[in-house]
Amino acid sequence: MQKTSNPQELAEISKLVRRHIIEMIGEAKSGHPGGSLSAVEILVTLYWDVMRHDPANPKWPARDRFILSKGHAAPVLYAVMAECGYCPVDELKTLRKMGSIYQGHPDVRFLPVLEASTGSLGQGLSLALGMGSALKLDGLDSRVYAVFGDGEIQEGQIWEAAMYGSYHKLDNVCAIVDYNKIQLDGFVKDILDVAPLADKWRSFGWHTLEIDGHDLLQVKAAFVEAAATNGKPTCIVANTIKGKGVSFMENNPKWHGVAPSPAEVELALKELV
Amino acid sequence: MSVATKYELKPGVATREAFGRALAEVARENPNVVGCDADLSKSTMMTYFAKEFPTRFFECGIAEANMVAIGAGLAMAGKIPFVSSFSCFVMNKGFEQLRTDVAYPNVNLKVVGTHSGISIGEDGPSQMSIEDLALAGALPGFTVISPADEVATRAAVRWATDHFGGVFIRTGRAKVPVIYAADAKIEIGKANLLLPGTDVTLVAHGMMVAECIRAAEALDGEGISARVLDFHTIKPLDEAALAQAARETGALVVAEEHLVDCGLGVRVAQAVARHAPAPIEFIGVETYAESGTPEGVPIKYGLTSAHIVAAAKKAIARKSK
Repeated sequence: MQKTSNPQELAEISKLVRRHIIEMIGEAKSGHPGGSLSAVEILVTLYWDVMRHDPANPKWPARDRFILSKGHAAPVLYAVMAECGYCPVDELKTLRKMGSIYQGHPDVRFLPVLEASTGSLGQGLSLALGMGSALKLDGLDSRVYAVFGDGEIQEGQIWEAAMYGSYHKLDNVCAIVDYNKIQLDGFVKDILDVAPLADKWRSFGWHTLEIDGHDLLQVKAAFVEAAATNGKPTCIVANTIKGKGVSFMENNPKWHGVAPSPAEVELALKELV
Repeated sequence: MSVATKYELKPGVATREAFGRALAEVARENPNVVGCDADLSKSTMMTYFAKEFPTRFFECGIAEANMVAIGAGLAMAGKIPFVSSFSCFVMNKGFEQLRTDVAYPNVNLKVVGTHSGISIGEDGPSQMSIEDLALAGALPGFTVISPADEVATRAAVRWATDHFGGVFIRTGRAKVPVIYAADAKIEIGKANLLLPGTDVTLVAHGMMVAECIRAAEALDGEGISARVLDFHTIKPLDEAALAQAARETGALVVAEEHLVDCGLGVRVAQAVARHAPAPIEFIGVETYAESGTPEGVPIKYGLTSAHIVAAAKKAIARKSK
């Protein structure tokens, strides 16, 4: 794969990834478009620009790790990993079908190049911190990145893990909250508000940044700052828009877990050229 | 001469103590062994390991769900984590993480529950684990081991270190009698024949193994020949040993310090029904117990050799003529 730091190229890749997401979920007739689209710039920046990784050597011990803790956004991860060369692009449309390597939620049994099977919310931070602990023990400077939903961090285990991460000074771990303000049943503020989010992470001892999660320059700068932070883990609160890039999906709770119809797929793709 | 005289049942150490010693031992041999604790290392006896290998010891505080998943993350990065707490806490509070982060992706993690069963005594039911074997048994791919003494516990820890995959080892708080000689052969997945017998088979794990030996001795005094099998491995179950026992003795008793509804007994019944149907009686805990001495609580709740003797006679009486 050809890595790049060029924002225009990264924007083009982001558009391509969004097209994959729409096409995959449309073909599957089920899935989670909203939270996949909101995390695109985060994953694209990590895989094309920030992370040390090699699709030709997926188990390289010194690689950086990525965990999609909000496993229901699997389509964005599959599209990104496929475009990086980890797995076939032409099978993306088998998403959620029997026997597909692209299971409904990330599943290492079907796609061993994944770092973790996820889908049951609230667990990825602990996994990331466990990996971070092991990497430090081995004297490796690899970093671990994990993306969370804002609804997901209502899970208590997240805060057990947050305490653990700062106490153990795991500065090789970076959590990114895809703060798109919507969860399945509606707006987060109407379900169980997580605000003030950055204050929470700061009070748990994390170096905390707030950014526009769709601004590629801000996303990159946040990862650079995280990598330069010693003695504490970093949490990036990425303000995002659920359904970003498809006008009729943006900021609408309906698109948390509903697939677009063929006509809606076509409409969405027209916006992603 | 009594059949059971070969077992002196000398006082031994608690299996949690045996776990602590064995963990430090395997850690000396294998640098990938790490430990995760939830503020109970002085009780689980992981403290021996923690003192000797402080950089490989991960204190997680009183947060068992996180501890299990931290262990999973360590395993995903190549370590061999032993994750330990009281069995009731790590299995009940950590179960979802054992399911999603360990069993489902087949991650190489070992969970050691201490203070299992009701023989913990004074602390009472909130600390007593009577459902841990049901939970561990509901994790596909897991190996589930309930050793009876120090030698069996050491064998379990050593085996778990070398085996890739999820393992649950159940240990207890109270001291238990010595069953095995130091050089005894204990093969995980194979029941150990402790006493031969022809009239009934007594099947047990953990601290109830010694009670079965005592029961066999008492039965022998009444002219009843009882076979005793140590089922240290609950899963995978040694179905061949059960089929043979059912065919050769025609009746069985399963005795365990666990909820009778969902422990070894139901697995034995399933195997015997499949291979060689025979009457089986079940000794176990029916519900939540209470505070008391470690010796007194099991007596009150029906976990003694006398209960096993009565059950054996009942099973024998149910044999078809």
